[in-house]
Amino acid sequence: MKQIEVLGMGCPKCNQLEDRVRQAVKELGIEAEVVKVKDIKVITDYGVIITPALVVDGVVKAAGKIPKIEEIKTWIT
Amino acid sequence: MKEWQKLALVILVFLGAYVIPWGSPIIRQSGLEAFLMLQEYAREHVLTCLVPAFFIAGAIAVFVSQTAVLKYFGATAAKILSYSVASVSGSVLAVCSCTVLPLFAGIYSRGAGIGPATAFLYSGPAINVLAIVLTARVLGWQLGLARAIGAVVFAVITGLLMAFIFRTEDTARTTGALYLPDDAGTQRTLLQEASFMLVLVLILIVAAFARPSEGSHGLWPALFTAKWYITGGLLVVLAWMLAQWFRKEDRIEWVQSTWGFVKQILPLLGAGVLVAGFMLGRPGHPALIPEQYIHALVGGNSLGANLFASVAGAFMYFATLTEVPILQGLIGAGMGKGPALALLLAGPALSLPNMLVIGSVMGVKKTVTFCSIVVILSTIAGMTYGWIAGL
Repeated sequence: MKQIEVLGMGCPKCNQLEDRVRQAVKELGIEAEVVKVKDIKVITDYGVIITPALVVDGVVKAAGKIPKIEEIKTWIT
Repeated sequence: MKEWQKLALVILVFLGAYVIPWGSPIIRQSGLEAFLMLQEYAREHVLTCLVPAFFIAGAIAVFVSQTAVLKYFGATAAKILSYSVASVSGSVLAVCSCTVLPLFAGIYSRGAGIGPATAFLYSGPAINVLAIVLTARVLGWQLGLARAIGAVVFAVITGLLMAFIFRTEDTARTTGALYLPDDAGTQRTLLQEASFMLVLVLILIVAAFARPSEGSHGLWPALFTAKWYITGGLLVVLAWMLAQWFRKEDRIEWVQSTWGFVKQILPLLGAGVLVAGFMLGRPGHPALIPEQYIHALVGGNSLGANLFASVAGAFMYFATLTEVPILQGLIGAGMGKGPALALLLAGPALSLPNMLVIGSVMGVKKTVTFCSIVVILSTIAGMTYGWIAGL
């Protein structure tokens, strides 16, 4: 099962990214756990300095922008 | 929102409706002031100032490469460059405090270290394009300029002081790789990007051009009478640039990012204006808080007034841009120019909630030191500015 983390301290863009990720998961019909990470220490430990960021199975896929749903799908399949 | 929080909100609103003497003349006057101030913003500042500024902020967020700026915050970047970039990069990187904090934490713990990180934290919220433009427009260009210069200069001093005080501990940090966003290549040249930004800024300046004082001659009145023609001409140039240099998805992204800022900032600013109007009233119109209190606390340019403004600003939380209407109300009610600048510098940089986050990142000792430096420097900046303005 894919472990997907959305990093962000609660800005509007982070919520938007979370929505897109959930939609991508739903459209693909895969099993995945989507977690929102708000702890600034965890965010920093990934080396991310611009939020929102997307982490799939511990690997940073995107930071500082909201990727398109199609892009997200290629990362989580 | 949890259920008990909803209940608490309902009870609060009920008590407010029940207990507050809405019929008393002062409350009526204050309520009227709140909406008159909102109307003043709607009529004077939204169309010619905020809307162009939102488009500029959107353009910066989409078209300026963040990676190009962020690489100066890495652990290996030259120190002098880190400080200079940290003190000015808020104009490009930071529009809301939720972007400032992760950047700060990253620079501190994995990048260039405590000096550049604190420099960035100090200047970030003060020098984004929206803050400078609205400050200059509403509070006068002198205060806008003083805010921008003060934020940059004192950011460098704050950073250097922090780095010096904690010079022995700086080595203990874990330096690791920073994840930088990929630099999506553009097909535009630097010259094209620069002239595009220039046209946007010119539109903002010309459209916001204030009526020159009666009887003045020369360039300014001539410019003022022609300002809508110039603005129109600039808009045509802008449209040509957009059609020639930008792909369709660039344009869509620009509008989306602008709309994002509008959604994020406009409601908060509106609420801030209403609160400021209710509490303080427009300049020359008293409201809920009697003017003599404000005069006694932050009037003139004494050390006490400046210090009080700095400390109050450091603890208070200002949503993006709301510091402007609040300051407008305070100045109208008798706040001195020096204390106003002190509050503008210490206010958006620090607040109780963000002190807690900073504390969790770099520990209590460093946080207390940082806050003290911010308060002291802002006080000094306020006194200096008050002294110059009073000459």
